[in-house]
Amino acid sequence: MSDRSKADKGRAILPLELRDVVFQAGGKKLIKDMSFTLSGDRTTIVVGPNGAGKSLLLRLCHGLLAPHAGQVIWHGTTRGGQPGNGSDLAVRRHQAMVFQRPVMMRRSVAANVDYALGLRGLSRAERKARTEEVLSHTGLAGRARMPARVLSGGEQQKLALARAWALRPQVLFLDEPTASLDPAATHALEAIITAIRAQGTRIVMTTHDLGQARRLADEVMFLHRGRLLEMSPAERFFTEPANDLAQMFVRGELLWWRRRKERDPRHDP
Amino acid sequence: MIRTLTRRALLGAALTVATSLALAPLVTPTAQAADRFITVASTTSTQNSGLFGFILPKFQAATGIEVRVVAVGTGKAIRMAQDGDADVLFVHHRPSEEKFVAEGFGVKRFDVMYNDFVIVGPQADPAGIKGGKDAAAAMKTIADAKAPFASRGDDSGTHKKEKGLWKAAGVDAAAASGTWYRETGSGMGATLNTAVAMNAYALTDRGTWLSFKNRGDLVVVVEGDPRLFNPYGVILVSAKKHPHVKSADGQAFIDWLVSKDGQQAIADFKVGGEQLFTPSAGG
Amino acid sequence: MTDFGAAFQAAITLVLDWEGDLAEIVSLSLRISLTAVAVAAVVGLPLGAALALFRFPGRKILVVLLNALMGLPPVVVGLVVYLMLSRAGPLGVLGLLFTPLAMTIAQMILITPIIAALARQVIEDLWDEYAEQLQSFGAGPGRAVTALLWDARFSLLTAVLAGFGRASAEVGAVMIVGGNIDHVTRVMTTSIALEVSKGDLALALGLGIVLVTLSVAVNAAVYLVKDAAQKRQLA
Repeated sequence: MSDRSKADKGRAILPLELRDVVFQAGGKKLIKDMSFTLSGDRTTIVVGPNGAGKSLLLRLCHGLLAPHAGQVIWHGTTRGGQPGNGSDLAVRRHQAMVFQRPVMMRRSVAANVDYALGLRGLSRAERKARTEEVLSHTGLAGRARMPARVLSGGEQQKLALARAWALRPQVLFLDEPTASLDPAATHALEAIITAIRAQGTRIVMTTHDLGQARRLADEVMFLHRGRLLEMSPAERFFTEPANDLAQMFVRGELLWWRRRKERDPRHDP
Repeated sequence: MIRTLTRRALLGAALTVATSLALAPLVTPTAQAADRFITVASTTSTQNSGLFGFILPKFQAATGIEVRVVAVGTGKAIRMAQDGDADVLFVHHRPSEEKFVAEGFGVKRFDVMYNDFVIVGPQADPAGIKGGKDAAAAMKTIADAKAPFASRGDDSGTHKKEKGLWKAAGVDAAAASGTWYRETGSGMGATLNTAVAMNAYALTDRGTWLSFKNRGDLVVVVEGDPRLFNPYGVILVSAKKHPHVKSADGQAFIDWLVSKDGQQAIADFKVGGEQLFTPSAGG
Repeated sequence: MTDFGAAFQAAITLVLDWEGDLAEIVSLSLRISLTAVAVAAVVGLPLGAALALFRFPGRKILVVLLNALMGLPPVVVGLVVYLMLSRAGPLGVLGLLFTPLAMTIAQMILITPIIAALARQVIEDLWDEYAEQLQSFGAGPGRAVTALLWDARFSLLTAVLAGFGRASAEVGAVMIVGGNIDHVTRVMTTSIALEVSKGDLALALGLGIVLVTLSVAVNAAVYLVKDAAQKRQLA
């Protein structure tokens, strides 16, 4: 599969560079002047407390949202203020995204995968082959003919991963994919993510499960209130984060600190 | 997956078949018969009596021409013919018919037949007009008694006749509209239904009355006044105004109506053993 | 009460004498209404989907308008179509007045807003759920619309049935544009109106019973098909 997926790539879309990206809603800046570059062949885990802007960041990178200022640059392709232009779509076709609440189309399990592949203009035989392959890799082969919406929560998220996997993206965005799953399902999902990663797909994933971040991350981005406060290799982040807030976050003290701060608005870092 | 595709293809095919099945007959019957039918604008009284159902098959058998009757009030029928939406006009209000011809919409008016109007009313006869021969006097009595009266109120031939009778009786019925004088704004049958429900008097043509099945307590209370005479005329719509009018087939229908065969057919039409229309073609 | 008894008797007699005029009237009614529904669905479903998906100036006004048009008075539609198709009207040369096609057009105009408005609601709800995922897949507007129409097919079927119900029950418009011509444009509802005007209330109600039965049958058939399809999905 990795041979074929290399052939699939056609052109490399990485590195991804964000330059002074701002995103706002209701006059409030939710992403503040964010700049960084993602490259290489690893798994980046985005962490941070609620409201840090993790999900927004993934959507900005994936092109589901357009920045109000700054640029999202995929290998030289600039995203200005206009979403959905041609070059944008061409780049997005080399990406995939799995959402916290999996979107199950009202079709069979296999048809869910087939639909996504159909949008890539693949032949029927190729779609069938890829569908069978990813369903068997994710343990859903026996469920292929069932309506996707009757699957359990864990199975639905597996299908969402399978559907993304079938597209053989260069970059896969995962937005808290295990947030609402039990430990067993979480474990199964992590195994699938690791398998996708092993085939050369760049993973960018948000989570607020620090254990999961430790298990999967090569690199960690720490977001807080719309700012990127630290971006470092996983090993360093979890042992000696450079940023004070990151340190508190890793120790599990940040929530407590936030609560105190909310009572006293004058206290601002 | 393959099954999904097959199912989708089947569904598509089924839709196509259903649509073409549904559409095809809509177009074809008119297309097939297109050169051999005429449209006649006529009145509800002739249709509801059943006359057309009786004589038209005879005409079609004789000539092969299908007659499509659109039965509306006389006012609407004349409007239809003026707009060119009918080939032949077959109504019963002589002044309007003559105006239609004079204005160049019609070729020529032919007398076809007549029947008469009757005043129907409740058996109990609250106004006490039963057995009268003077329609205007009877209607004056109804107005004085403020007994309910159901009027067509739709500018039809019957309505025009009724308005003429009120005028002769010296009653301003329209001013009483909504009290004892009730305008239904509907066809003859609907107006009779209303009259039955309200135990009201009403003016109706005898043909509709005889074939009307929901009479309730109503009976004929006044008949035989010469003013209740109800002549029917037939007019070919002028091709000068509307070139698409089927003049030849339309004229063939008129010729047949006034011919011996047509007149006999009209005379033969009976409801409950009673002849409804009296042939009156001058020929 | 006697009227009701007589009506049922009339209904039974009508059905037993199926070969007579009833078969002709029923098949014409079905043909006209089914065609109107088919065309209205082809127009209304994508229209509803487009309104659900696309944001453009005046969209809200259009949505309100469409919802209001669901209650379009049949008589007004009939009158407008009549004036358009009359020889004196702009489309008079086509000679369509007093044909089944004219009746189909009137019914189609009546029910397209119903189907479109209901479809918009159904598809908007589904789009709320699908939007990000389809965008992520890189589905263009056209592919998104077809996916939504397909995935919402069972709900949309109900919208189409609502349209069919309105079309087959409607009398005002088809009376005006069809003219209720015997053997040409006479359908169930105009027959009923005619029998009422003849004072034959029992026969009218008898026809009414046949019409209602027919409507129930069509709905039941669609329900069974839909149910079977859904079950097969779950199998």
